[in-house]
This record gives sequence, structure tokens and C-alpha cells, in this order.
Amino acid sequence: MSSNPMEFWFEEMHTNNVKMAIRVNKHLYSDTSEFQRIDVFESPEFGKFLTSNGNVIFSEQEEFTYDEMIVHVPMAVHPDVKRVLVIGGGDGGVARELSHYKEIEVIDIAEPDKMFVDVCRKYFPDNAIGLEDVRVRLYYEDGLRFLRKCKDKYDLIINDATDPTGHEAGLFTKEFYGNCFKALHDDGIMVYQHGSPFFDEDEENCRAMHRKAVKSFPVMKVYQAHIPTCPSGYWLFGFASKKYHPLRDFDPKKWEERGIKTWYYTTHLHSGAFMLPKYVEDMLKEEENAN
Amino acid sequence: MDLERQKQAPLYKAIESFRRQRVVPFDVPGHKRGRGNKELVDFLGIKCVEIDVNSMKALDNLCHPVSVIKEAEELAADAFGAKHAFMMVGGTTSAVQSMVLTACKRGEKIIMPRNVHKSAINALILCGAIPVYIDPKVDTKLGIPLGMEIADVKKAIAENPDAKAIMINNPSYYGICSDLKTIVDLAHQNNMLALVDEAHGTHLYFGEGLPMNAMTAGADMAAISMHKSGGSLTQSSILLVGEGIDEGYVSNIVNLTQTTSASYLLLGSLDISRRNLALKGKESFGKVCDMAAYAREEINEIDGFYAFGSELINGSSVYDFDITKLVINTRGIGLTGIEVYDLLREEYDIQMEFGDLSNVLAYVSIGDRIQEIERLAGALNDIARLYSKPTGDFFCAEYVTPIVKATPQEAFYAPKEKLPIESTIGRICGESVMCYPPGIPILAPGEIITSDILDYIKTAKEKGCSMQGPASEDITELLVLK
Ligand SMILES: Cc1ncc(COP(=O)(O)O)c(C=O)c1O
Repeated sequence: MSSNPMEFWFEEMHTNNVKMAIRVNKHLYSDTSEFQRIDVFESPEFGKFLTSNGNVIFSEQEEFTYDEMIVHVPMAVHPDVKRVLVIGGGDGGVARELSHYKEIEVIDIAEPDKMFVDVCRKYFPDNAIGLEDVRVRLYYEDGLRFLRKCKDKYDLIINDATDPTGHEAGLFTKEFYGNCFKALHDDGIMVYQHGSPFFDEDEENCRAMHRKAVKSFPVMKVYQAHIPTCPSGYWLFGFASKKYHPLRDFDPKKWEERGIKTWYYTTHLHSGAFMLPKYVEDMLKEEENAN
Repeated sequence: MDLERQKQAPLYKAIESFRRQRVVPFDVPGHKRGRGNKELVDFLGIKCVEIDVNSMKALDNLCHPVSVIKEAEELAADAFGAKHAFMMVGGTTSAVQSMVLTACKRGEKIIMPRNVHKSAINALILCGAIPVYIDPKVDTKLGIPLGMEIADVKKAIAENPDAKAIMINNPSYYGICSDLKTIVDLAHQNNMLALVDEAHGTHLYFGEGLPMNAMTAGADMAAISMHKSGGSLTQSSILLVGEGIDEGYVSNIVNLTQTTSASYLLLGSLDISRRNLALKGKESFGKVCDMAAYAREEINEIDGFYAFGSELINGSSVYDFDITKLVINTRGIGLTGIEVYDLLREEYDIQMEFGDLSNVLAYVSIGDRIQEIERLAGALNDIARLYSKPTGDFFCAEYVTPIVKATPQEAFYAPKEKLPIESTIGRICGESVMCYPPGIPILAPGEIITSDILDYIKTAKEKGCSMQGPASEDITELLVLK
């Protein structure tokens, strides 16, 4: 008999022809909410990770990447963020990064799925600690619905939803971008998960998102990060802004002075993240010109 | 309704057991469970194609049901509170036509609201009956046709005591209901049949707190679009028959125009949907009502949109309102319903049921979830922000009183000539002109063309309505009787 551990794997199809597998030690949790099936696993490589309808949403080992990238990039550009709205983000990771900034007065989080929040609180306390910040106000509400009531209210909107095909589909639509535009102040910024551009199936979503965002905001740039569990390991973010440019209005010195401890984000990386591979640049340009 | 019995789905069950039997087909259809048409299987899937079969002993025959279809029809009758139910595969069009053909013969009169569906007008062409139209009142603010007023029905009956039937369109596309019970009673007191086009009313039989349905009102026949709010496949429908009608005669009428190769996909879907409605209808339509109410509330918060509801009820032309119909008046943002319909489709990937000159209709059904409602509300909010215009003069669909000079059938078959539309004033029209959506005739064969009517057509065209019917697609010419 070999001494290998039990062959217990979580698998996720990234395309019909490519799948990712993560060895699992333990299946910790499984339940279905009104919106999604939520599972939590413990794995040797990624620590605990959470899946929604069988897709990895985040893992302990890499969660810092997108939470840092989706927060510090806009925060290092906008000179004075006081009011932030996080759409989705019920795990608390985004709020945790935001809580480093003293000047922020309000962090509103619109997360429809209470079960998701409860699960994160239980299994991912390092993320959920973000929800404990006194400036956080958590609303169990659909993001689109929440936004509809907001006008000229926020400096920064972070859309933490990742899946344009599931229950969050409404957060990747023209009406969503339009309602964000309306909810932002005149110099507001919106950042969002832009998906992965590599596989054909994802590329179409990526293109559609860019097409809609470009129509809705005067400044629209895309930046990138390396995230191991996402399809092809390569992930994009969208930076949509009414006024500030992510590089021209970027103030690295001011950000450095804050002394925020990070594992992924640096001010060097900030600029580099906007330098995209040729095929991505071409794809985005095509969509811009299609308008 | 016998709930225990309603748990059965005899036709569905027979189709499923047929699927398992693996019978060798030496009958039509020639694709033979898909083997002869691989592309069709790729397109629809094997589960679907392998039950696309023809009538046979085990599956009964729609033309003359004796076993599983008969049982399924009996269950449907029980579910709807009717004496008999016919499963229909030619759409509600075929159900409406069967009602008209059952009720009247050539030269006999039938009273109907002007906004009847074209299937009813076409039935008149088939059978040669004479229409007596009642003006459905129009709400000029909203630009929608309403229901029939009792006074108008009484007047039509007094003027046409020889009429054989009254047809009632209830609820309308816009959710408007007439005083069904009183109209049915009036019809019966005057020896007329009460026929109800209930294409938009399947749910009235199963939901709670909804307007009265035709069978409860004592109607003689009703056409039910199962494929609309009932959840069955497109083109499937049900024709209900009440106490005073001989279903044997109706069966003869139905078979005049019905296919002899009815699709089991459609029939099976009717059986399954009937069971769902009977067992779960109350709960599902409760949800639909809640969703529609929520949508109405949210949309009415947006400046410029008005999703109307029960507040329209006025005791006469709006006797009741079907709250599942989510109609949104767009005049307040300076756009036509058609423009909003197009914006939703092109910019927001949202397909509405229809748009007219001042409204868009969202069909809310048992297949919807609150997420979709949020998208619709979000999109309307964004449209109001981005595309609002100063509200100008809107074209309001006024009632154009038709002047019937020849029966639709005479007109249809009479020798005709094509004339430029401007020189047709005073002539008898030889074709129908429908304004889409929602499909109300402006002219039907046999009616005098007036200058008012030509103005109406011109304006509606300019406003982007789709005009259908005339052979000349852009309606520069009209067929008139020689
Ligand atoms: C009032 C009314 N009656 C009848 C019909 C005909 O139904 P079908 O399209 O199923 O033939 C419709 C269809 O839209 C309708 O709106």
C-alpha cells in the first residue's frame, strides 16, 4: 500500500476542454441560498477556499491579490475618497483593505446573500474582520436595486462581483454602469472585476463588459493581475472614471506615505498593471472602435 | 377541482412510457426519432426529437380522443371548471376561431369589441358572419384601449337582437377587464352565447385575488393561451366549453381546420402545465403578483415612468385590473413605448413583450426571478437619465369607428383593385390593416375607408408602428373593392 493521501480533488471546468483541480483535505461546508450554492473546502495549497455554484470565488492564499488590486489602485489615484460603495464583497476582504484609509467616512456594502456573509464570517475571519470596521454599513440588498436610489453620493464604487453569467449577471450590464455613473460624484471612480481574457469563452464576456463601460464613462482603462485559481491564472480589472486618469493622476508619493502593508500591490506595480499584452490591447481597442 | 386527480398527467405519462418502449417506427414522421436528421437532433436534443411522433394507439389521437388525450382533456376541464376542454395545437388563434365558427353561421351577427384579436376577424372571413363592433373606450392619457361598458353592450344588443353571440376580450393585453359577469348574463338573457377570448387570462383560474375568469362568470366558451401565462410550449392552447354547448359540435368545428398530425411536444406540454397549474398555480401566481407589485412600485419611483395598476378601476370601462400585467407608460420621459422597447432591446439586452405609442409591456410570469425585475428597473432608471426628452405632443390612439359595408367574407372574396392609398377615400377596403403592436385592426375587409383612417395610418407609421396586413408592405397602396 502506498502512503499517498486520499485522492480527493475539487475540479472546476475553465472551458469545455480545460479544467483546474485542487487537492482537498476536507469539505467544510455546503448549502444553497436563494442565490447560489456555497461550498467551503480546505486544501493543502490554497488553504480554505470558497466556491459559488462550483466556481472558486476566493482562497485564503491568494485573496490578497484582488482585494489589494481592486482597492489600492483607485485609492492611489483619487485624491480624497470619503464615501465608498462596495457591491458584492460580502466576504469583507475589500472592506478590510479600505479600512486602512483614515479619510474614508463611509463604507456601504450591498450584498444580497446573507448566507454568503455568514459563511465568510465563520470560515474566513481574516476577511470578515473588514466588516467590523465602524464605518461599514452592510445592506442585504441587490446591488442594482441599491444603486437605483443613489444619486451623486459616492467617490468610489467597487464592484466585487465576478461572474457575469450567474446570479450577479445584473452587475455586468449597461444599466449597472449607468446607475453607477449616476451614483458617483462628478469626480468619482468605479472599479470592477473584468474577468479573464485568455480563453475564447471568457473573451466574449470581457469584450461585452468593456463595450458597455466605455460607453458609460469618459475614462475607461483596464489593468491586470496574476490570480492562480482563475481561468488561465490571468485576471483583468476595469477602472472607469468620470475625471481621474489611473496613471496621470496617480500620486505614488502620497500613497507611500500612508505606510500600508501589502503583499501584492506596490506603486511600481500600479503603473505596470496598466501595461497590457498586445492581444488584450487589441481586443479592447476593437471594442472601443466598435462604438 | 379534484386536487388528488390533478396529480395525474396521463398523456405525459403515456409519452414517457412510449419513449422507453423503443418501438421500431415504420410510420411518420420520417426523421424516425431523429436518426434521419442529425442536425435536428443537435439542434433540439434527442429527448425532444424522439418523442416527436404521430398519433398511434398508445398515444391516442387529437382528432378523436378516446384514451390518454381524452383523460388529459377531462383533467383540463376539471382544472378550469369547464364542462369540456379541447387541447389545441394551432395556437389560441385556433381556439378563438373555433368559438366564432361554433357560435355563428353566414349572415349571422356577432357582437365584439373593436380591439378583438385578428384571429376573431379572420374567423369572420371563414364563416361569413357579420361583426357588430363595440367601441372599447380609450384612455387618451395612457393611450390604451379599455374594456366594454355595459351601456354600450346593452345598446348593441338592443340594436341587434338577432345577434348570436357576444365576444369578450378579457383581460386585455394591458390587463383591463370588463364586467364579465354582467355581460355574460346580458348575453344569456337575450339568447346569445358569451364567448371569451381569455388569451391573457390562464392565471385567472389558479391565482388568488385576480379578476373573475370566464367559466366562473358562466361563459359558454373560452379560449385560453396556455402558452402565455400557463407555461406550456408556444402554439399550445386550450378551448373551454361551458354547460350550454354541445361539445360534439365543437369537436366537428375544431376538426375543420385542425391538423391530423398534432405535435406530441405541444400536447405533452399542455398536460404537464395543466398539472403544474392545478397543483402549484396558487403559489406560483402569488409570486408573480408579488413580483409585479414590487416592479410597479420600483418603476413608479423613477421620474417619468408610470406603471399603472388597480387605481385605473372605474367600475365601467375598467371594471377590474389584472395586476400581473406590467404595463409601463413612457410618455413622461418624452419617449414612445416603441423607442423604450428598442432601447431596452438594443442597449440593455432586455426583450419586452411589446411597445406601442406610449407604453411598453413586460410580461411577468412564473419563469421570472426578482433579479430580472431589478435589471428592468435599473435599465428604465438609466434610460430616464440618459434618453429623456421634453414631453411633447404624443399621438394618441383615438378610436376610429368602423363603418361595416360588406361582411368580412364578402369583402375578402370580392374582386378588388389596388389604389394609391390617398385615392381610396370612400371606397370599401378589401384587406385588413393591423397596427402592431398590439394588433388592433384599423381597417378590416368590408369597411369604408375615411380620411380619418388614412390620417391615423400615416401618423402611426411615422411614429414607428409596424403596420401589417396589406399586400403593399409600406402601405402606399390599399386593396379596395371594385
Ligand atoms: C387577445 C388575443 N387573442 C388571441 C390570440 C392568438 O393567440 P395565438 O398567438 O396563440 O394564436 C392572441 C395572441 O397574441 C391575443 O392576444
